[in-house]
Amino acid sequence: MKKYIKMNINYFEEKFWRNKELAHSMLCEIASLSQKINKSINIMEVCGTHTMSIAASGIRNILPKNINLISGPGCPVCVTSAGDIDRILKFPKINKNLIIATFGDMIKVPGSEKKTLSEAKAYGADVRIVYSPLDCLRIAVENSRKEIIFIGVGFETTAPLIAATVKEAHNKNIKNFSVAPLFKLVPPALRYLLDSKISKVDAFILPGHVSAIIGYRPYFFLSKEYFMPGTIVGFEPLDILRGIILILKQIIYKDPELKIEYSRAVSIGGNKTALKLMKDVYGTYDADWRAIGPIKDSGYEFSKKYEKFDAFKKFCVAPIKAKEPAGCLCGKILLGLSKPVECPHFGKSCNPQHAIGPCMVSAEGACAAWYKYGIKK
Amino acid sequence: MLFENIPLACGSGGRLTSELIKEIFLKNFSNEHLRDLEDSAVLNLDSRNIAFTTDSYVVNPLFFPGGNIGKIAVCGTVNDLSVKGAVPLFISCGFIIEEGFPLETLKKIVLSMKKAAEDAKVKIVTGDTKVVERGKADKLFINTSGVGVFGKNSALNQKNIKPGDYIIVNGDLASHGIAVLNARNNLGIKGDIKSDCAPLNELIHKCVLPYNPSSVRDATRGGLGMILNEAALSCGYCIEIDEDSLPVSTPVKSACDMLGIDPIYAANEGKAVIFISEKSAKNALNSMRKHKYGKKSAIIGKVSSKRGGKVWIKTSIGAERMITMPEGEQLPRIC
Repeated sequence: MKKYIKMNINYFEEKFWRNKELAHSMLCEIASLSQKINKSINIMEVCGTHTMSIAASGIRNILPKNINLISGPGCPVCVTSAGDIDRILKFPKINKNLIIATFGDMIKVPGSEKKTLSEAKAYGADVRIVYSPLDCLRIAVENSRKEIIFIGVGFETTAPLIAATVKEAHNKNIKNFSVAPLFKLVPPALRYLLDSKISKVDAFILPGHVSAIIGYRPYFFLSKEYFMPGTIVGFEPLDILRGIILILKQIIYKDPELKIEYSRAVSIGGNKTALKLMKDVYGTYDADWRAIGPIKDSGYEFSKKYEKFDAFKKFCVAPIKAKEPAGCLCGKILLGLSKPVECPHFGKSCNPQHAIGPCMVSAEGACAAWYKYGIKK
Repeated sequence: MLFENIPLACGSGGRLTSELIKEIFLKNFSNEHLRDLEDSAVLNLDSRNIAFTTDSYVVNPLFFPGGNIGKIAVCGTVNDLSVKGAVPLFISCGFIIEEGFPLETLKKIVLSMKKAAEDAKVKIVTGDTKVVERGKADKLFINTSGVGVFGKNSALNQKNIKPGDYIIVNGDLASHGIAVLNARNNLGIKGDIKSDCAPLNELIHKCVLPYNPSSVRDATRGGLGMILNEAALSCGYCIEIDEDSLPVSTPVKSACDMLGIDPIYAANEGKAVIFISEKSAKNALNSMRKHKYGKKSAIIGKVSSKRGGKVWIKTSIGAERMITMPEGEQLPRIC
């Protein structure tokens, strides 16, 4: 009878995913695979959490020279257009009797005239940081004479939470709460990148959290239509190293079929409850991406049934076309065409407290990651 | 300065706080006692040195697991004196109270200040009370100042940190920052995360000072990352720490991962960072581990002979990266 060795591994134990010996053997495998590819490879991560994890673990410094990790449009704050920030900044001017609730790093993102929510707050606007959109309903009940606007920024990970909040507000008949819907969707952005002739991407590290919600079916087009390798990857350092191994094998064996490294969290059909909720509450529209412009069906706005929760419609704030801050390379950085250190402002006139572009502001922005972790190349 | 109105980030203990202090306060108040900008000033009175410090406490919520505003108001000032090498003796306290504040709550806070002062063997000897109109202050603010004296040892200064010095911390990092964040925002993170708020004078005097440390610092706002950067800049040498040796409890680590917060920059209220020669480090560590506030003490790195004043960390997977000075408030990520 075949005997199995019982290994005492807890895959949910963080230490396992940071094990030095395993990391060393994976790096050896990456080194030997990289020798089989006699050219430089650009692997793009399309999630801000990956950007931070790669920078924090120092992975970039220990990869072979021909393996480049580049950041894509994966930071929800960074991809919010300057025009949309200008729109948000209109709220406190239109109505003095309102509370703006937002996730933390939105408050420092500059609009076209370098104005931010943080500045609006210092000048007297009631801007509050919340950790869950559901907190807004409590604020709305406690401040029944004020209007509460939540800044709805995020990808498919955040959108279900806000959908649940809106549904709850609808059921409880809370009328002084609305959301500025600025949600973005990942697959249409990938398609945009691949259709644009300027892209330098050879493979994608696909987002783990987004994929846990949407499943992996929405990525099948990558290999079928574009012959583009991609692997859905978790966020621990060993997840990322293992993801890179899978991607290098996809490239070497010319087998771009989607691979799932993060199988402990991602299934083919995704989170059915979240998907159903989003289908009910939202519909897609051509969202405006920073430095890119509108991308077809790449954002969520409210469906007819929940339209009354759209803050832009409620307060009649029309879309604004605005230019990006002069000299800022955020656009090129979001498309993976430039590295943060190539921007003339990086670390000089642009730093996390006095940022010119959003990539330096958001905790998940590529420039913020490179600045925080002192990355120089 | 690049701002006209004070942003909140000026109060978070990072680079912007030091910019404000240097540009506005130090420029106007500068003198030989203030210039070092350490946890306490050392003053010479009749050829005897005393340590003097002050701190204001504005924590929200007032009560959090492991402590409350009163307990940290006493412990914080005791620790600022102790890390300078002084024996804390006397403390003053000033209360700014918002109209309508419940007397019962004030009694509870004052009682825990009494207990903390007894634990730290200091006396609260003078005070002040102001009540402001409703809405003009957020419930309760406390300021404490303290004086301490030096025994046989002289005052510690981070300029004396030497290449080869080992760096020790007295236990799990980031628990205060995460406990307060969890309580403030009802995040519902379980795992019994409590603030580490504690008076460190006995630990420092019994278990650290006998082994002649080069310097001891109090890692509060801005966390370990801030203290290491200040120390490296002040002594001029680079500092190298090891990620695997950083003590962080599993619940705090998981909470930090989930929120996108780096435990290196999260606040502590009972953590001393000790710089000490290689030959004394082991003895100090053994002694600290026997003390109730030092059971999880660990050597986390050392001061290198490389000049430049930078801080480096060897990550779990064997790569190296820099630890820069914290920027402002640590804000949780979106997704």
